[in-house]
Amino acid sequence: MKRTGILVLVFTVVFVLAAGGLVSANSTKLTLWTFVHQHARFYQVMTEKWNALNPDRQIELEASVLPYEDMHNKLQIALQSGVGAPDIVDIEISKYPNFMKGVPQFVVLNDVFAPYVDDIVPSRLEIYARNGNMYGAPTHVGATVAYYYVEILEEAGVDYREIKTWDDFVEAGRKLKAVYPDKFMGIVETSAAWTVTAMLAQQGSDLVSDDDQPLIDTPEMLRAVTTLQEMVKEGLLTTCPDGQPDREGGKGLIDQGVVACVIMPQWFMSRYLDEIPNMNGKVAIAPVPVFEEGMPRSLGLGGTGTAITLTAADPDLASEWLAFAKLSEEGNRMIWEDLGFDPCNTALWTNTEMTHNPDNAYNQYFINNVFDVLNEIKDEIVMVRSSSISPAINDYVTTVMLNELFEDILDPAEVLEDAQYNIESQIF
Amino acid sequence: MRKRFAFLYDQKVAPYVFVLPFILTFLIFFLYPVLSTIQMSFQEILPGMISNVGFKNYQRLLGDRIFRTAITNSVLYTFWTLALLIPFPLVLACMLNSRSMMGRGFFKASLFLPVVTSVVVAGTIFRLMFGEVEGSLMNSLRALLGLSPIKWLKVRQTGFAAMVLMACWRWTGVNMLYYLSGLKGIPPEMYESADIDGANVWQKFWLISVPLVKPTIIYVLTISIYGGLAMFTESYMLWAGNSSPKNIGLTIVGYLYRQGWEQNRMGYASAVGLVLLAVAMLINLGQLRLTGVLGKELD
Repeated sequence: MKRTGILVLVFTVVFVLAAGGLVSANSTKLTLWTFVHQHARFYQVMTEKWNALNPDRQIELEASVLPYEDMHNKLQIALQSGVGAPDIVDIEISKYPNFMKGVPQFVVLNDVFAPYVDDIVPSRLEIYARNGNMYGAPTHVGATVAYYYVEILEEAGVDYREIKTWDDFVEAGRKLKAVYPDKFMGIVETSAAWTVTAMLAQQGSDLVSDDDQPLIDTPEMLRAVTTLQEMVKEGLLTTCPDGQPDREGGKGLIDQGVVACVIMPQWFMSRYLDEIPNMNGKVAIAPVPVFEEGMPRSLGLGGTGTAITLTAADPDLASEWLAFAKLSEEGNRMIWEDLGFDPCNTALWTNTEMTHNPDNAYNQYFINNVFDVLNEIKDEIVMVRSSSISPAINDYVTTVMLNELFEDILDPAEVLEDAQYNIESQIF
Repeated sequence: MRKRFAFLYDQKVAPYVFVLPFILTFLIFFLYPVLSTIQMSFQEILPGMISNVGFKNYQRLLGDRIFRTAITNSVLYTFWTLALLIPFPLVLACMLNSRSMMGRGFFKASLFLPVVTSVVVAGTIFRLMFGEVEGSLMNSLRALLGLSPIKWLKVRQTGFAAMVLMACWRWTGVNMLYYLSGLKGIPPEMYESADIDGANVWQKFWLISVPLVKPTIIYVLTISIYGGLAMFTESYMLWAGNSSPKNIGLTIVGYLYRQGWEQNRMGYASAVGLVLLAVAMLINLGQLRLTGVLGKELD
């Protein structure tokens, strides 16, 4: 009896091993780390498509989803020590500059990207490049838009399509307050700088200069934060739990229907669909208000760069797969259809068969079609600068500066002067 | 076979063989990392580019205002945890040690429960309790008193108080157990003769219990100082990350983590770590000398 049991066990083990051997005989195993489970799903779909097109170069993708901080920290240790890194890795844009310090431990992707670069927004590729070498594949454009809760605005006599400037926005807010004293025109972020960065871009400025200097104590920044602070003082804008819309507290507040407008990148659509169920069918998308008409109405924010590590087992195969998954037309379609992001291949934005598909869940959730808005502002989408000092600037702005401005309502000029000094002391 | 291991029977060699595991662990996991950290604190470390920068990291540390915030926070936190976590658990331990106390087992278990609770869970619960929405526990309590809700974790005083409260909740049980074991070592005859002499409860506590558990108090003090200065997890969990508004909860270790991991400056972070080591050593050595522990050993 005992012997039979052992025999069965041995046979099972041999069989399993043999079966494993059969699968891996003509397919290469690639490991991938990401911090977004939707990305992992997307990569699996693209691997299936790759395998169908390349019968002689099969890939077995092993994607692991790790917590955000954890994944970036592990990657940093792995790259620093030269062992333990995956073949392919997703890196969030605000962490990306850290990985460009020193000698980048990633494969240069210029050759494999070459067939696709003409279709892709160039600035999105530049963000993940250093000295002319492309190390990362972008995911989306991340064009900033305004999400309006149409119902309550109409009740207050506001047509969201008429809001063109910040003055219009303030006016609309006052009308809303007259009808709904407990509701707010918008959210002012204290743990992220989406709106502030958008307001800087409208004036042709940014958080960091071309020569890697922090741009905090500037007239453009003063104008942006003063405008926002005045709206906070008037009760038109509110701060939110967790400090920004893309956190639990922020999404909860939006879901309660107390906010008339959320200014966020286009990818925030996916958060509406997944995590803000109460707003289904009530939200319309429009360009962000500007200081003066004629200023650029959008900028690309957020993002994930996918890179191939130098320690990858088969860097050539991994690179080609990556270019296919994220830069090919097929990949870009999936980025919209599966992930709900504005693809970097902007030629697709006018492909109505894709953009106006009535079966698309995103199209069903929102009142108007996002691509109508994106095509309207297409030539106005500015790109955010990213430099080695960006992590230090972001850290101070989103922990100290914005809290002092919008929670403590301190004098903007003094806060900015202080911030500039403190950030400079952090940079070396 | 016997011959090969003959040295194990040698009275001079055998002790070294037995302490070898400790020596090895000490060398590999303590001494090497410390020496390597000292070396790293004089370097700028990036993948494929390690360069010596001399004392630059330390010079920058002197002018770094956020580092000063971190030190102030850590020292303040240590002060408050000492002020609360040294005396109160002692009083609780004395109460639980008293035979007239009802339900001792129950109180002992419930006070110890937080220690075995995961700090991740505890942090999440405290974060929700001190949430800024109207429905959070603390704001509901304020509402009962007719007060308006406040943003507990965004204001310096309340945020810091929440952090200290969480530490007290977590560590009261451990300190109490240390004290209890100290109190158990006091012969009951002492209290009996004090009773005969007509001593009251306060006199028995102050003149018998406290002096006799002094070694335990010194031990608890030493580990609490180190624990306070090296605190990181509580703050990280309370604010769901290393970035608390206006750096209310930024500690020295939090700053080390921010510089080393979040901004990829291992050299600078090493310098931060060594400053922490120096501060903790200085305070603990001073305290041990003041309480006479080191003096005695040196005599």
